[in-house]
Amino acid sequence: MRRASREWQRLGERCMERLLFAGSLSGIVTLGAMVVFTFAAGLPVILRTGLGRFLLGQHWRPLEGEFGIAAMVVGSVFVTLGALAAAVPLGLGTAILLSEFAPPWVRRIARPAVELLAGIPSVVYGFYGLVVIVPLIRQHLGGVGFSILAGSVILAVMILPTLITIALDSLRQVPDSYRQGSLALGATRWQTVRRVVLPAARSGVVAAVVLGAGRAVGETMAVLMVTGNVAVLPESILSPVRTLTGNIALEMGYAAGEHQQALFASGIVLFILTMILNGLIQLRRVGRVAR
Amino acid sequence: MINVLGRQGRPLEGQLEQRAKMRTENLCVYYGSLLAVKYVSLPVVRHSVTALIGPSGCGKSTFLRALNRMNEVIPGARTEGRVLLDGHDIHDPSLDVADLRRRVGMVFQQPNPFPMSVYDNVAYGLRIQGIRDRATLDRIVENSLREAALWDEVKDRMRRSALELSGGQQQRLVIARVLAVRPEVILMDEPASALDPVSTARLEDLIHDLKREYTIVIVTHNMRQAARVSDWTAFMLNGELIEYGPTERIFTNPSDPRTEAYITGRFG
Repeated sequence: MRRASREWQRLGERCMERLLFAGSLSGIVTLGAMVVFTFAAGLPVILRTGLGRFLLGQHWRPLEGEFGIAAMVVGSVFVTLGALAAAVPLGLGTAILLSEFAPPWVRRIARPAVELLAGIPSVVYGFYGLVVIVPLIRQHLGGVGFSILAGSVILAVMILPTLITIALDSLRQVPDSYRQGSLALGATRWQTVRRVVLPAARSGVVAAVVLGAGRAVGETMAVLMVTGNVAVLPESILSPVRTLTGNIALEMGYAAGEHQQALFASGIVLFILTMILNGLIQLRRVGRVAR
Repeated sequence: MINVLGRQGRPLEGQLEQRAKMRTENLCVYYGSLLAVKYVSLPVVRHSVTALIGPSGCGKSTFLRALNRMNEVIPGARTEGRVLLDGHDIHDPSLDVADLRRRVGMVFQQPNPFPMSVYDNVAYGLRIQGIRDRATLDRIVENSLREAALWDEVKDRMRRSALELSGGQQQRLVIARVLAVRPEVILMDEPASALDPVSTARLEDLIHDLKREYTIVIVTHNMRQAARVSDWTAFMLNGELIEYGPTERIFTNPSDPRTEAYITGRFG
């Protein structure tokens, strides 16, 4: 009797192992399939146009067979940089305040509140941008309002939760003994943060910024709703732009043939951009271990 | 209230008054509603080593941390009574707490070098004071490391991470870091508890050498260590100071039965 139940247990164990293995394998296979499919669909167009002309070409006339994505690359990069310029000081400042200066009960309230911010659907952010931010820019700064600035502001708010929570976690992981050692040497709290805590948390803080950038590059809906989506090189931060993600979302409905391939090709560019960002974090990790 | 007796059993109060670098008067430390240190009045004699002994949780570390206001880092901690440094109350609002901590340095139980190079660790306290001059930094770093008996072991690896050093070396590095800011008093909270016997012996030799220049207060749970390194010993129990006097007398002829019970190993 007992032996039989032991047998069953072992069988169940093996089944479970197989199931989990299959589960994790399916994730990897899906990723691999998507990479292969995207490259297969997009690469021919890049090769035909030439990598240089594809990346640096200023004219996107898909119906005439001219595929230059420079304006979109610039759009994505500028919207992202603008978002980082606003979100990094704000996010790091918040994380430092919560980690180093605020009493624990503030942290217990503020952290879930920030996480809640991440749960709002991006279309809601976009709608808010459309109704509030775009008119504000139009009235006070000029232009049509649909602009790099509008996209950056919305993106900044959207990546704040990522930035704050990851930076906060890495600051909290710095051992208290470092803080005490610094204070006991006559350092002020701010000196302690700047000279000991932040350097010790540096890799986590960098990861927070890079992951935030990754999220900003990949965000589609909210940006699409506020940037105006003109596929032309912008002249100022008040000019409308189209991002790589926006381009795909806008045209996928009617694109066919080479046009569709060109959209996949911009997908490849996005994919490589995110790979580079993630690679930056990995490089740092490897570097730390090697030291 | 406390029985302070000299080597021959003579009261020492008046004499100690003049030789005290620091002293506490009815010092109380609360953690929330818990009274962790109860009305402790204790002198810290200049250029000597004072050992605080007692069982775990008797308040000796808390008392130590009250001497440079490090308890204030702990939420809910509160201090009452006076702590005098050269006759001035360290709680005086005109006194800068960062300046106090520079004058009264601290070495912790676990070696806590910062995750930076050996050199940057020792130079840290100087840099936060705004000292930038390379030659000055080099000179003080070297002197401090020599004083902490670590120079010969690290002079060829000043740029390497301090975290690569052994535990004993790290603890001496932390002492060098404290010495670099020229403190007047050094507080040590069980500095040898994480060290092996050889490193402990080196540390005790170092403490012995340091008392010529500095005033040292050391918390230890190791009574033989207290007997070896200290000139004065204070025995604490449940937050109260039970007995204080010259180390030799405390260990040979304690006047309180609880002190005797503790040092002969009957509890703690």
